[in-house]
Amino acid sequence: MPDMSLNRRTFIKASGALAALVAAGGGLAQTSNEFVAHAAEEAAEETIAWSQCNVNCGGNCIFQWHSKDGKIQYMETDNIGDADFQARACLRGRSMRKWINHPDRLLYPMKRVGKRGEGKFERISWDEAIQTIHDKLEHIYGTYGPESVFINYATGMYSTTGRNPSKRLLGLLGGFVNQGADYSTHMLQVVMPYMFGSDKKKGSVFSPYDNVNASSFSEAEAHSDLVVLFGNSPAETRMGGANATWDFARVREAVTGRGGKIVNIDYRLNETSSGHVNEWLPIRTGTDAALASALVHEFIVDGKTDEAFLREYTVGWDEDTMPESAKGKNLSYKAYIMGEGEDKTEKTPEWAAQITQIPADKIRELARDLENAQAPFVAQGWGSQRHTNGEQTTRAFCMIPIALGKIGLPGTNTGQREAEPPTYLVSQLPFKNPIKTTLPVYEFVNAIDHGHEMTATNAGITGADKLGSDIKCLWNYAGNCLTNQHGDINYTHDILADESKCEFILVWDTVMTDSAKYADILLPDAMRSEQLNMQTQGYSEYYTGVTVGGPAQQAPGECRSSYDVCADIADSFGLKDAFTEGRTQEEWIQYLYEQGMAKDKDMPSWEQIKAQGVYKRKCEPAIGLKDFRDDPKGKPLGTPSGKIEIYSETLANLNDTWELEKDEKIFALPEFDPGFQGYGSVTDEYPLYCSGFHHKSRTHSSFGFIEELQQAARQQVWINPADATPRHIENGDMCSVKSPAGEIRIEARVTNRIIPGTIGIPQGAWHDADMNGDKVDHGGCINTLTTYKPTPLAKGNGPSDSIIAQIAKA
Amino acid sequence: MTQYAFYFDNSRCTGCKTCELACKDYKDLDQNTAYRKVFDYEGGSWEDKGDGTYETTAFVYHVSMSCNHCDDPACTKVCPTAAMHKDPETGLVSVDADKCIGCGYCHMACPYNAPKVDRVLGHSVKCDGCAERVAAGKNPICVDSCPLRALDFGTVEEMSAKGERANIAPLPESSYTHPNLYIKPCDEARPAGSADGSVINVKEVM
Repeated sequence: MPDMSLNRRTFIKASGALAALVAAGGGLAQTSNEFVAHAAEEAAEETIAWSQCNVNCGGNCIFQWHSKDGKIQYMETDNIGDADFQARACLRGRSMRKWINHPDRLLYPMKRVGKRGEGKFERISWDEAIQTIHDKLEHIYGTYGPESVFINYATGMYSTTGRNPSKRLLGLLGGFVNQGADYSTHMLQVVMPYMFGSDKKKGSVFSPYDNVNASSFSEAEAHSDLVVLFGNSPAETRMGGANATWDFARVREAVTGRGGKIVNIDYRLNETSSGHVNEWLPIRTGTDAALASALVHEFIVDGKTDEAFLREYTVGWDEDTMPESAKGKNLSYKAYIMGEGEDKTEKTPEWAAQITQIPADKIRELARDLENAQAPFVAQGWGSQRHTNGEQTTRAFCMIPIALGKIGLPGTNTGQREAEPPTYLVSQLPFKNPIKTTLPVYEFVNAIDHGHEMTATNAGITGADKLGSDIKCLWNYAGNCLTNQHGDINYTHDILADESKCEFILVWDTVMTDSAKYADILLPDAMRSEQLNMQTQGYSEYYTGVTVGGPAQQAPGECRSSYDVCADIADSFGLKDAFTEGRTQEEWIQYLYEQGMAKDKDMPSWEQIKAQGVYKRKCEPAIGLKDFRDDPKGKPLGTPSGKIEIYSETLANLNDTWELEKDEKIFALPEFDPGFQGYGSVTDEYPLYCSGFHHKSRTHSSFGFIEELQQAARQQVWINPADATPRHIENGDMCSVKSPAGEIRIEARVTNRIIPGTIGIPQGAWHDADMNGDKVDHGGCINTLTTYKPTPLAKGNGPSDSIIAQIAKA
Repeated sequence: MTQYAFYFDNSRCTGCKTCELACKDYKDLDQNTAYRKVFDYEGGSWEDKGDGTYETTAFVYHVSMSCNHCDDPACTKVCPTAAMHKDPETGLVSVDADKCIGCGYCHMACPYNAPKVDRVLGHSVKCDGCAERVAAGKNPICVDSCPLRALDFGTVEEMSAKGERANIAPLPESSYTHPNLYIKPCDEARPAGSADGSVINVKEVM
């Protein structure tokens, strides 16, 4: 191994045997056996506390803390029962002790003393913090009303009493603007209901988070003979031992074991196909809809489309299934594919080859595989829709199984991401929000800047015709989405730093994130392993369960639970009883558990779960849209037609009635559209496409400061040798990446695992720039490079993976 | 004597490094020391088809490896004080910190880069197979951590029934030290000594 011999040489050069002998003198005085702490004879003194990882990978993996003398010693994970059914924590979860005991923990309430974003704070008492929050809320509610208050998108804490104490408090104080959609599936979840249903009274409604609209991986394991993934890498997004990464390992072994095939379409050879590289079909980032269109073209040319299915179950496939308003205009999907539509371009494999960088014969080969499969399981991830053209791309994937009539049948999928579990055993702390106005989350910066101008038709406001106010209070619990995870940090900084715009920013966290630097009041939160914690299984694992336990050790400094703090704030308004209903956090947890028990006879008693910590059971496989397939008349979709709306008349009308920018269009069909900073937009100054990806060292930005993870999985931009060589960039070189929005510094990973012409940056790294100076981000945060431009329909974060860039050695 | 061994399913490993971090937590290691490491071995090339499209022979696979508790350990042979020793009952190789003088010969001799000298402690450190857990009837902490169930541990008879003795790149040929690591190779696995690829994440496995 060349690297190892290098390592040995380095050692000799650095120290030499003699130097090592000298060093050993000190060593002899050290503890002679570092493993004494774990010796069997001392095991009796250890206590076990169960807890969970509660960050937003959807894993909720299980922690089994070993503590002694009130201090956590180490972690075991779920080791209960069947080894194949254990919610084993991933590398991040296994580093949680480092987070809990990190010297950077926030220990005291603080108030800002520098400019917003500078990160200069001064310790204050809890009394002063609560009084300040009280005064600010009183002023803002009194002056601007509840539609000036926004609880910012924040997903760092998935626990029964995690995010909702804030909502419960602000609900009691008059309410707050609701969060519309989310940064995970913004484009997908807004557009899909037009295709698959939104009206409960009429039929089935769409959600990205269920097992009604998507099939489970266990269904693929049982019955599929071809699995096609688009931008879906469970090995990097859903990494725990009961998460999709493990489900997918079993899918692969079952499908290939019976002679089937896996195809993994991504701009990177992602970790899901490590060791199985024949699965990889490299594609230019942001061009998936072109590939999908060409595949459907081949199905048509080969006579493999299921015309009977398409007639009965869909609207807009061909002229015969178009709504009256659109008949006779060549507006059907088939017309689009065959070159009879507006663009007069046939979507041949040769057409798609130019766009996708995939050779036409490879596209035809994939088309044949799909045509010949008995049970194709097509599953997109959420990265592909997180593009400026995401509203088209996400629907285009679904056209593959729809054109073949392969949905709602054993072993198939609807084109959605793999199903989420059907049951969550315990619910969250309840809250009521009297305000119905809902703001697309990604629009919060615009809402601070000019919220009073934002309406349903120019900014996607729902629940009301207009927002009605600028946002004056940002409430941010356990989130890093003010800057780091939002987008266009340099622009966002300018909006947030202007104290005349947003008048009060409250941030609540465990360490100093980039978002926390914008706080006016910054509160130190207790970690969940430092409290009694309860939560069901996560959404990225297909089983049902609940974990109850803790604390494993006491919270440091003056860290408190957010429930207790919110109760104190409520008390300052004379609303303590209304907030607590006489319950402590622990009593709420027991109450919510017992409410769950009342609905589920199999759950153990409160006393039992307190003793055993974990309860789990398996879920039955699910087939997406099976009810609709079995009975399209009796169990229609909640669309205007009750069918799958390939052509959406509603979207066509929105395109005519909404106020759109000149370069924006709302497409009635799932056409390929390059999108802003998408295919074809590269320039001499920014000649490369750039996309983000989820990285093993972080869950979004959670864990981003843990040194052990930074070392084990380095923050590196992936670049193909074809792009690196002419720029004289070698593996490990520090580089500058520039986009129209900003500049970062990041180490290069020169690798054949990425398609030429596109660079890939792990999202979630911690922004680290002098915002009063050159603004160059030495942390390598991709959102320094993203441009703030909400998508046409969803008003979502499409630009997060649509970037043009240049890279050079720094 | 019962010789213990590791098993590694190379076809399942996604390179997630949970094994490495679980070990770091249990053994209380910082970012500068890892007893288990995950090597990203990759290679291949790209062909520009000349029409805007590309084809590739790129490949990657991961090898997770700790100390292999070899039958014929290089580290014990070169140790001037017999601090590095192979347990006669279990075959696990570990350091007697009281005897170790921190000379680093073990580090230089081991073809797997398993031992290193901790300059602060002043002696060699390495994977000891979680000997105390094994004595208590448990698996090493890394084995039970693996989300892909790609690791196993047991007697050499059990583990050798599940895989081939470690002979894939970037590992050296097993004939040097006869490692007690048995591997189920992935389809792309190259033989030990292959020049097809290289370890690309050198800074992560130092």
